[in-house]
Amino acid sequence: MSTHEVAVEGAVHEEHHTSMGLDNVKMAMWAFLGSECLFFGSMISTYLLYRGRTASGPSPHEIYDIPYTSVSSFVLLMSSLTMVLALAAFQRSDDRQGRIWLLATAFLGVTFIGGQIYEFTTFYEEGLALATSPFGSSFFMLTGFHGAHVTVGILMLLSLYGMSAFGRIEGGRSAARPVEMVGLYWHFVDIVWIVIFMIVYLIPE
Amino acid sequence: MSLPEVSTHQQIDELRAEEHHPTPRQYVKVAIVLFVVTAFEVAIYYIEAVGGLLVPLLLLFALIKFVLVVLWFMHLRFDSRLFRRLFVTGMAFALIVFAIVLATFFFRDPGAFTESNGSNGSSSSE
Repeated sequence: MSTHEVAVEGAVHEEHHTSMGLDNVKMAMWAFLGSECLFFGSMISTYLLYRGRTASGPSPHEIYDIPYTSVSSFVLLMSSLTMVLALAAFQRSDDRQGRIWLLATAFLGVTFIGGQIYEFTTFYEEGLALATSPFGSSFFMLTGFHGAHVTVGILMLLSLYGMSAFGRIEGGRSAARPVEMVGLYWHFVDIVWIVIFMIVYLIPE
Repeated sequence: MSLPEVSTHQQIDELRAEEHHPTPRQYVKVAIVLFVVTAFEVAIYYIEAVGGLLVPLLLLFALIKFVLVVLWFMHLRFDSRLFRRLFVTGMAFALIVFAIVLATFFFRDPGAFTESNGSNGSSSSE
């Protein structure tokens, strides 16, 4: 048996594969992310349709604070870097370093959510609420659901941290699977924000 | 010893994918590119001279960021092609939904696209 065959067979036995030889969980995660594209795609479509309908409330360019949101976007973008560094650390069995990067990712996620809460509060004080106008409804639904996804991601990151700290997951290529799955979810939330930031905040009316 | 033929190709595909995951240094390089592109994205928003090119440029910059994250951070560049197909299928369906919603509203209520501030939020045909 060649070294390569040993390695392949080792990988096969460590994970649950489909009849096609692919990792079941990873396949399910990609299918889930594909369905999430539909979810956010429909919400972005709705926002684009209603962004001009401001009724008596403020219009987008009156309330958006582009420099502030740019910083939030940068924070979320960098959280993708810390996430992937966490995965790389777990894959080389450096659990301690992996946990540090997981915490850093969760911290950046919390920072983003804190910024979003502040932004929502400011908008509310300036007269834009969920029921103010179709623009307000579509804006809060889109960005709010994205924020909810980030929050779920933070909870998963903290769970991973706890599991690693208590020895429930260890380093190594296959053992780092849970980190990779949460990472896929986290990066997806990041790319959704890349689209939201461009469509909602930067493209003029 | 040989592996079952039905899955050997995919197994090797997957193993090769893991062997070729980027290094932390490469991840940092990608993040620097993402930062620079984001900076450009925000900068052109404030440059009036960009004019009509603003939207195409914003779309281009967002596409670059999107592709970089998906291919490098989500490892789609190195993973099985089946994962790529699953994701692209979802994206294609999202675009179809967008086109259907746009078409439905356009044919039902063309005024919705031109109506702006001062609207009461209800459809003009209602």
